[in-house]
Amino acid sequence: MTHSQNAELERQAAESSVAGPDNRLRITLMVNGDRREVEIEPRVSLLDALRERLHLTGTKKGCDQGACGACTVLVNGERILSCLALAIQYTGQEITTVEGLALDGSLSPLQQAFITHDGFQCGYCTSGQLCSAVGMMREFDDGVPSAVTADVASGTIDFSDTEIKERMSGNLCRCGAYVGICDAIREAHSEVHSEVHHAGESR
Amino acid sequence: MISNAFSYHTPETLEEALAMLEDGGGKILAGGMSLIPLMKLRLASPESVVDLRRIPGLKAITEEGGAVRIGAMATHHEIEISPVIRGKCPLLGEAASAIGDIQVRNMGTIGGSVAHADPAADYPAALVALEARIRLRSANGERTVEASEFFVDAFTTAMEAGEIVVAIEVKEEEASEGFKYEKVAHPASGFPVVGVAVRVKKSGAGIAMARIGVTGMGPHAFRARNAEALLEGGAGAAAAAAVVGEGEETNSDLYASGEYRRHLARVHAGRAIAAALTRAL
Ligand SMILES: Cc1cc2nc3c(=O)[nH]c(=O)nc-3n(C[C@H](O)[C@H](O)[C@H](O)COP(=O)(O)OP(=O)(O)OC[C@H]3O[C@@H](n4cnc5c(N)ncnc54)[C@H](O)[C@@H]3O)c2cc1C
Ligand code: FES
Ligand code: FES
Repeated sequence: MTHSQNAELERQAAESSVAGPDNRLRITLMVNGDRREVEIEPRVSLLDALRERLHLTGTKKGCDQGACGACTVLVNGERILSCLALAIQYTGQEITTVEGLALDGSLSPLQQAFITHDGFQCGYCTSGQLCSAVGMMREFDDGVPSAVTADVASGTIDFSDTEIKERMSGNLCRCGAYVGICDAIREAHSEVHSEVHHAGESR
Repeated sequence: MISNAFSYHTPETLEEALAMLEDGGGKILAGGMSLIPLMKLRLASPESVVDLRRIPGLKAITEEGGAVRIGAMATHHEIEISPVIRGKCPLLGEAASAIGDIQVRNMGTIGGSVAHADPAADYPAALVALEARIRLRSANGERTVEASEFFVDAFTTAMEAGEIVVAIEVKEEEASEGFKYEKVAHPASGFPVVGVAVRVKKSGAGIAMARIGVTGMGPHAFRARNAEALLEGGAGAAAAAAVVGEGEETNSDLYASGEYRRHLARVHAGRAIAAALTRAL
């Protein structure tokens, strides 16, 4: 995003602070790198704005109460529950949904790994699982500890199943594809890492 | 599920926020993890929502003169990974890590959690054990309330209308102290059925200081002062754990009766005391 775009979004965000109850507002959301204009009331959740106004129906509504994780999207790289977020709060922030995960039109290594390892059955939870796993791998690589990280001081965290399960515990799967989900995440993580390693070696 | 209509405000200063709350029709929005579900179910229908996220400084976690100050808008995740918290009041970090899941911890805030005062919230056990102080701001200025006096009843605090939680203040835990937060998570909601927070300081073979906070067992978190006194008086961990929750009111629901909760509080107090003692120097 350019500076002036940022300034424009900031201005809009500031204006949004005067939205009245029946006042429909035109706001701009940055979704998967695109500027998307949408007219909403303050009570519209980010999830409803994505699905019903922008027709990005990849993100799913499970419980609409924060409990299942089906609606997980990334905001500035951090995973949040779009069902408990108001769209108006996210003017000007980088939102990534499952529609934004593919790289140049082909599946990302993580998406491919979900297919290889049967990381789903009905697929309803999958978009949330994928976004959550992307956020999780980033936290992991940034050295962010979790409740099950034993030795926080050492700074290195083992990419173990215990860590994966703890860090993915906000995403439920009613089909119980958890084993495949863990396998997929483990493989995608090690693939990305061996590529990084490779790039380092060839230099 | 769609909430009733409301107007949305993003004040840039605390003074502005206080003015917006003056007429009594507004509700503060912090992480939204408790308020938005209530609004969707229309159990809460505020005319206006005052979002605190643009007010600078409300997120800061700082230490000064042996005390840690945690801004009300600090998220559970910011607290669990904060080097200041890990270094100076690790018990609070352990409780933060136990809350919900990462999506909830990325959005939910400590100010929202204490203001909401869910009888099964995790923080209150740690906050009463840490003898924390809740700093409140209103049009009349600032005041602080001790955590053990702040949680009055289920979803009821010592806050008055028009007050905003601005920070939580905690005295540093001493480096030689042992601590432990033990939680029995409800298998569906993840909230504690019972949670017990323990701090202990050893002196020779005895215990010089013990603090025990309990959440989930009754309508509000409390300090098990009788058990603390037994520990400090030289009684063993088992004898002390056996009196936790004596004389306290209990909550009861389809999942856990009051008696079962009291039993859980005792069993887990015993475990938390043992674990804290192994960490004490
Ligand atoms: C799926 C799920 C699982 C959860 N699991 C747990 C758990 O295991 N343990 C646990 O402890 N909690 C749990 N929670 C609750 C979570 O911790 C919430 O974040 C917390 O209770 C409220 O914080 P918030 O910032 O989201 O507040 P909000 O929802 O924004 O606000 C809650 C209330 O507090 C008021 N308020 C907010 N901030 C202030 C302030 N600074 N001053 C005055 N009033 C204020 C609001 O007006 C509102 O009435 C869970 C929530 C969800 C959705
Ligand atoms: S739909 Fe948001 S958590 Fe279930
Ligand atoms: S694949 Fe069906 S819910 Fe997860």
